[in-house]
Amino acid sequence: MAGSNPNAKPMNLTLKVWRQRNRNTEGRIVDYQVQDISPDMSFLEMLDVLNEDLLRKGEEPVVFDHDCREGICGSCNLFINGRAHGPEPGTTTCQLHMRKFSDGDTITIEPWRSSAFPVNKDLSVDRSAFDRIIQAGGYISVNTGGTPDANEIPVPKEIADRAFEAATCIACGACVASCKNSSAMLFVSAKVSQLALLPQGHVERKSRVENMVAQMDKEGFGACSNIGSCAAECPVGISLENIAILNREFLSAKATSNNLA
Amino acid sequence: MSWITKTFSSSIGRKIIMAVTGLFLCTFLVVHLVGNLQLFKADNGAAFNAYSEFMGHNPLIRTMEIVLVLGFGFHIYEGLVLAAKNRAARGNQRYVSDHIEQNSSWHSRSMALLGSIVLFFLIVHLYNFFGSLRFTDVPRDANGNEDAYALVLAAFKNPFYVLLYVIGQVALLYHLLHGFSSAFQTLGLTHRKYTPAIKFIGYGFSIIVCAAFAAMPVYFFFFK
Ligand code: HEM
Ligand code: SF4
Ligand code: FES
Repeated sequence: MAGSNPNAKPMNLTLKVWRQRNRNTEGRIVDYQVQDISPDMSFLEMLDVLNEDLLRKGEEPVVFDHDCREGICGSCNLFINGRAHGPEPGTTTCQLHMRKFSDGDTITIEPWRSSAFPVNKDLSVDRSAFDRIIQAGGYISVNTGGTPDANEIPVPKEIADRAFEAATCIACGACVASCKNSSAMLFVSAKVSQLALLPQGHVERKSRVENMVAQMDKEGFGACSNIGSCAAECPVGISLENIAILNREFLSAKATSNNLA
Repeated sequence: MSWITKTFSSSIGRKIIMAVTGLFLCTFLVVHLVGNLQLFKADNGAAFNAYSEFMGHNPLIRTMEIVLVLGFGFHIYEGLVLAAKNRAARGNQRYVSDHIEQNSSWHSRSMALLGSIVLFFLIVHLYNFFGSLRFTDVPRDANGNEDAYALVLAAFKNPFYVLLYVIGQVALLYHLLHGFSSAFQTLGLTHRKYTPAIKFIGYGFSIIVCAAFAAMPVYFFFFK
């Protein structure tokens, strides 16, 4: 294997995994042993090994979400040893490597916990609340027709960079999972400030923030106490400054929009 | 619901009420502290009693008193509503293993607890002084002012009150160590040029104000 360390010794680990049949049943922690885990494996590959063991024994494999396995889709949401995406800063679970653990470790693995993210099964949660928030206003309307010129609307480099930074949010939900209030403010603020910064976002600027915040509240996410757990755990480093921008956008939209409802 | 009630019953709207009332209460702390510093004057309370008489009867102060009650009322009510909503948002199943202490500070997570300790202190504090001065006949000093100083002397002979007052100020200290700068963030007043200064001022403000308040019962208990 390219880049692997031939001296790295395989590890034996104890896993404490949250098992839950479905949304309406109680879940519980079940202990498993995994053997011969290479330090070069990713955390998800380690879980693949566990699931192969379980299948071989005729037991039901552990359900967990994953897709790209390269840190861009935001599916691989696990709460590992008391931290969203594990204790390593700036990483998604799929990018977390087993070399960050040691032989003999016990690792607790749980799903995101928030009343707005009900557990589907085992470690997989339903994050469609995020989709509904995006549907409420996290988009821009574009006329159909010919392809527009690439630089038809000039955007200063500094603004483009800041918008891009906000746009790197992968909607994983680690901010909600790690917030004591299960607040979705970091996620919503990343989307709102990305579009508020860009000229393309200005058409729906006021209705966007009003509707997205209304949907966020309707889904049952908590309010922001400015504790900062979210930004500390966010795998792509979305900053708290975005929440200040969101609050400014919200206040000025509420004060000046034509929406009386 | 009108757009106004909708705005202020949203999660951000409620936090804006918290921030505005919280910063208003900070200005009250300054006024209250500056006046009370006269307790340290070695004139057997003459200046303090004159000040206290003024505060009890000046129409402008009496009007501000209503604003202050409203400020406290909204801050406490919204604080408790938010705490309940935030708890519910997390759901019934807590994490089996939770290392939230690795990503945030204890006092920032404990605002409702700290606020409730401050509230308990506040009720006892109002009973100790405000209640007697407003609702009972207090003996007068040599200048004909109500002798509030004598009430202070008597209350701070009691070690339980001294302890409670110090605990109240420690709770307020931690409440403000997070609350002061947090309120600016809530109002959207965050900027890479000014936020470090706001944080610094917030720390200084909290420490100076709470230490000065806590010094009063301690000074009276040990030196009067
Ligand atoms: C003189 C007394 C007080 C002062 C100066 C004060 C000040 C503040 C400030 C500046 C904030 C930050 C607001 C923000 O994050 O935007 C705050 C938050 C808070 N206060 Fe107070 N406060 C006082 C008393 C109380 C009391 C008596 C309670 C009783 C419950 C309370 C409960 C809270 C809560 C729960 C929060 C956090 C709200 C949240 O972020 O979710 N406070 N306070
Ligand atoms: S803000 Fe960060 S933690 Fe929250 S959903 Fe986006 S990428 Fe995930
Ligand atoms: S699986 Fe796509 S980000 Fe981890």
